[in-house]
Amino acid sequence: MNNFLSRATPYIQATSLLLILGFFLAIPILLLLVVSFWDYDFVGMYPGFLTFNYAETLGSWVTWKTYGNTLKFAALVWAITAFIGFWVAYFLAFHVRSATTQMILFLVCTVPFLTSNIIRMISWIPVLGRNGLINSGLVGAGIVDQPVEWLLYSDFAVVLAMVHLYTLFMVTPIFNTMMRIDKSLVEAARDAGARDWQVIWNVILPLAKPGVAIGSIFVVTLVMADFSTVQVMSGGQSASVALMMRNQMSLLQYPAAAANAIVLLALVLFMVAGILRIVDIRKEL
Amino acid sequence: MTETIKKTGISRRNLLKTGAAAAAGTALGTGVITGFPTIWAQNPITLRQFGTGVSNLNAIAEKCKADLGITLEMTATDSDAAAQRAVTQPDSYDIADIEYWILKKVFPTGVIQPMDISRLTYYDKIVPLFKTGKLLPDSVIAQGTAPHTVGYVEAPGEKTFAKGETGWFTMVPTIYNADTLGIRPDLVGRDITTWADIMDPAFKGKTAIINVPSIGIMDAAMIMEAMGNITYGDKGNMTTDEIDATIDFLIKAKQDGQFRAFWKSFDESVNLMSSGEVVIQSMWSPAVAAVRSKGIACKYQPLKEGYRSWGGGLGLAAHLEGAQLDAAYEYINWYTSGWVGGYLNRQGYYSAAMDTAKEHMSADEWGYWIEGKAAAGDILAPDGTVMEQAGAIRDGGSFEERMGKVACWNSVMDEDRYMVRRWNEFIAA
Repeated sequence: MNNFLSRATPYIQATSLLLILGFFLAIPILLLLVVSFWDYDFVGMYPGFLTFNYAETLGSWVTWKTYGNTLKFAALVWAITAFIGFWVAYFLAFHVRSATTQMILFLVCTVPFLTSNIIRMISWIPVLGRNGLINSGLVGAGIVDQPVEWLLYSDFAVVLAMVHLYTLFMVTPIFNTMMRIDKSLVEAARDAGARDWQVIWNVILPLAKPGVAIGSIFVVTLVMADFSTVQVMSGGQSASVALMMRNQMSLLQYPAAAANAIVLLALVLFMVAGILRIVDIRKEL
Repeated sequence: MTETIKKTGISRRNLLKTGAAAAAGTALGTGVITGFPTIWAQNPITLRQFGTGVSNLNAIAEKCKADLGITLEMTATDSDAAAQRAVTQPDSYDIADIEYWILKKVFPTGVIQPMDISRLTYYDKIVPLFKTGKLLPDSVIAQGTAPHTVGYVEAPGEKTFAKGETGWFTMVPTIYNADTLGIRPDLVGRDITTWADIMDPAFKGKTAIINVPSIGIMDAAMIMEAMGNITYGDKGNMTTDEIDATIDFLIKAKQDGQFRAFWKSFDESVNLMSSGEVVIQSMWSPAVAAVRSKGIACKYQPLKEGYRSWGGGLGLAAHLEGAQLDAAYEYINWYTSGWVGGYLNRQGYYSAAMDTAKEHMSADEWGYWIEGKAAAGDILAPDGTVMEQAGAIRDGGSFEERMGKVACWNSVMDEDRYMVRRWNEFIAA
């Protein structure tokens, strides 16, 4: 009996998590998968097993182009946020000496997040617009004759807004892992004659990799699922996968949107698996 | 990890809601209608109404409670959700407040019961647009889902619409309007007279259209036809060839850089216009008012090809019977008796029973909003702020001029699945 109980304990302990994940994750995804094979028209969805939704999704150049576009955003935003995130975290972790200042500065990083991300996004419009701050500055200073059009409603604007929105998701985990790096390792590297950049490249960066990986997962999944930033900042000129789904849902084409969601989910899981394969984040958690 | 996407869209009706809530207090204070039976006060009746149009106007629920003693439980949704709910949850509502193109899809499923016109006190006051499709005897019947084509059935239980006027009305029209292009008169630098003007190379990079496929395609169709590229059999129900031609045209215009943006929500259209990013674009009338309220010139430009119109009404759920059905008729009769009509007219929409609404508007308001006359005094919004200065004339003129020139009604196409796929191509291109 005792033996049985002790063997059962870990399962019982895991049950609550299993139930939560089951109800809120597994079942919805299962439903999504089931619905993605259904037929539909304006008034409803009809159970069935049709591969039509997938054939339509995967067989269209729009899907490929849209995925390409979304992946391009993901790659650009990831690279920029990882770069900025690393240096911000590095500064906080290694250059700020007192723990109080560190925490204050870190909290300062989070201040923009006290407002909604929609507000943060929309605030760029008066800055970048045709008659916005930057353009009136440039024209006023005589640097350009005509306002620069590509500042707003362009891929540039989308990437800029995403970097602004998501950099903190990179800073936080990197900062967290950097704080755990034993400072004596840095001292040892210096004693062994390493220069500043050698310390960063050979000591800090490898040890901060789990943080970079976690940040990357956040950023990549956020960008892949984004539709509001792309819609607002590109002025609807650019497509994203989620925006494509939203268009389908707005005409009650749920099975088509579900098929799209499953494809996106598979792709994102694949990317996350790739990241986890490169960096073993469990080692550091 | 949390998903932080939020919906920002403000529909034209949500916008109304804010104003309406603010106005509710004033509206209640001025309640003057008497003489309605108040039997419901002793035996409280609740009607559950859901939908897109007037369901957003709390002032109506409050006034209804005060006048009839009927409690209206209103749920506002967007039109897609409304369509689906109407069909899939027919017992969850008593009154469906839906647009006519939704009715076209919903009614054949048997969830709405037709109304006996002999029980509709103000039936004869309803404008002929909803009975014959012609506002004036010489009007041309518009394309798309014109309300009169889905307005009648031969008898209760029928699933197909009647060809002409019968004794059974599917829905009482409530709110409707005519949409056109909005322009910045100070920036376009010339007269705008046709939908084709949005494609003028002079406005390259300074135009926008709505990125809601079912409405955007109609605006595009108006543009295509105005340019003489194509003549549609029915803009509201295109063939796949017509859809292809329209989308290919849009893709080319997009790649040539004609459009600055494609807006999805009300506020986006206001910002595009007020910031000067765009000088001519698809727009809804409250958006024009919103731009103007910032002190920026904006005109809801009438165009020679006519308007793209939309309209909604109230339908009775099939399950209503007995006292509840009586109350629903009572509510609808109260609705068309004038107070609500005046309220809607003052917001820039149109009421279906104009004669009764007139009694609830001042002569100046009636002249400005309906007759297209210059305002004698300031025109006030329901919340008391000045909407238009004395001397202003409504864009497009009178009710008859505007609603008499409807070129097509919002509709849903048989090929809408194909259309959305192609629309996504346009956005991705």
